[in-house]
Amino acid sequence: MRAPDTILPLRAEGLGFSTGGIAILSNVSLTLEAGSPSIIVGPNGAGKSVLLRLLHGLLTPSTGRVLWAGDAARRQAMVFQRPVLLRRSVLANAVYPLKLAGITAAERESRARAALEMVGLAALADRPARRLSGGEQQRLALARAAALSPEVLFLDEPCASLDPTATRAVEEIVGTLAARGTKIVMTTHDLGQARRLAGEVLFLNRGRLREQTPAAAFFNQPATPEAAAFLRGELVW
Amino acid sequence: MNDLGAAAATALNLVLTADPAVAQIVLLSLRVSFSALLVAALVGLPLGALLAVARFPGRGSILTVLNALMGLPPVVAGLLIYVLLSRSGPLGPLGLLFTPGAMIIAQAVLITPILAALSRQVLEGLWEEYAEQLRSFGAGPVRAVPTLLWDGRFALLTVLLAGFGRASAEVGAVMIVGGNIEGFTRVMTTAIALETSAGNLPLALALGMVLMSIVLVVNALAQASRDFATRAGA
Repeated sequence: MRAPDTILPLRAEGLGFSTGGIAILSNVSLTLEAGSPSIIVGPNGAGKSVLLRLLHGLLTPSTGRVLWAGDAARRQAMVFQRPVLLRRSVLANAVYPLKLAGITAAERESRARAALEMVGLAALADRPARRLSGGEQQRLALARAAALSPEVLFLDEPCASLDPTATRAVEEIVGTLAARGTKIVMTTHDLGQARRLAGEVLFLNRGRLREQTPAAAFFNQPATPEAAAFLRGELVW
Repeated sequence: MNDLGAAAATALNLVLTADPAVAQIVLLSLRVSFSALLVAALVGLPLGALLAVARFPGRGSILTVLNALMGLPPVVAGLLIYVLLSRSGPLGPLGLLFTPGAMIIAQAVLITPILAALSRQVLEGLWEEYAEQLRSFGAGPVRAVPTLLWDGRFALLTVLLAGFGRASAEVGAVMIVGGNIEGFTRVMTTAIALETSAGNLPLALALGMVLMSIVLVVNALAQASRDFATRAGA
């Protein structure tokens, strides 16, 4: 399903971000390849969300740069911790980004409905989006992003404010998208979730990338003492 | 008290008999104020939305001027329009002075800053909520304007009401540019002013009651639509 003009791998070179004189992220260099999900873990304040926003292009790096292999403008999407839903119906929310992307009216609706079907919201298409439960809202945000058929999907703590049932639903959808060939780049503070989803783990601590390791290796034998302490559930800083 | 009692009776009588002269005044008032609201909304709401999303040097000064213009005295606005539209003025050849058209222009000039300033306030909050998500979708501030206007539609209804209230209640501007010509440019407020100075207090009060009733009905309709929207979860 991957177009020959792929935008991956995504490379970051010496990425840094500071605001108000405080460095949030320093000297992060990484390469993200097509394939299984890359999960970014680390304690609160490690800079996970900022890294995701820099990669997605929502923030401008203070130092370094983000390099895509192709024109990434319309080939990536992001799902936020708290879904920002438009004051419109569920279907209209899924259609909106497709309209911005310049997709024809007929195709917009069929793609939006297919995406709602995938997340199990097809029956609620005509409901006002902001009347959905928290879990349904996040599934709609996922459908909205998925309808764009992005090559890379960024997710910033998508389950942080959800109950276990809703979390499981979100993880299943993320798994489905990954299986379809969408590159998942996701932050989480939930190690169980990282174990369930990760192909590789990026461990971030105090604004620095400490490890980028295949998931099995990371969970069995982390390379850095900070990651080992983090996995043991100790407070690291 | 006598005056009020007589006024209530007169008002009731005027409404029940659908007095043609009064009906004409009421209809003209509504036509002028709604037309002014339409014109002002077409300019003021997009302007307010643009000011809510755009960040540029001088934005603060524009907001200050806009807020000051909300308090523009109607007679001053009327005077300015009068000068512009008078025979020797730059827009004199249009022949609009002392016509309903001039009154629409005057009221639109008065309420456009109100609509722009209030919609800016309402939509700025919405933009704070939407900005990151819309940028993620590839929509910059300018593309966000129609989105914000649509998603803020129920809050903007209140803004429109404020504008309509101001337009329909003002007397100074329409008096100057309309001339209060009977059967042509006489609206409720100018009629009330005239009848009061002529000593016809019951008729003036009656017209006042009709005016207040109209404002009340318009507000009630807007409130009902907002309640409906809240129930629908929009």
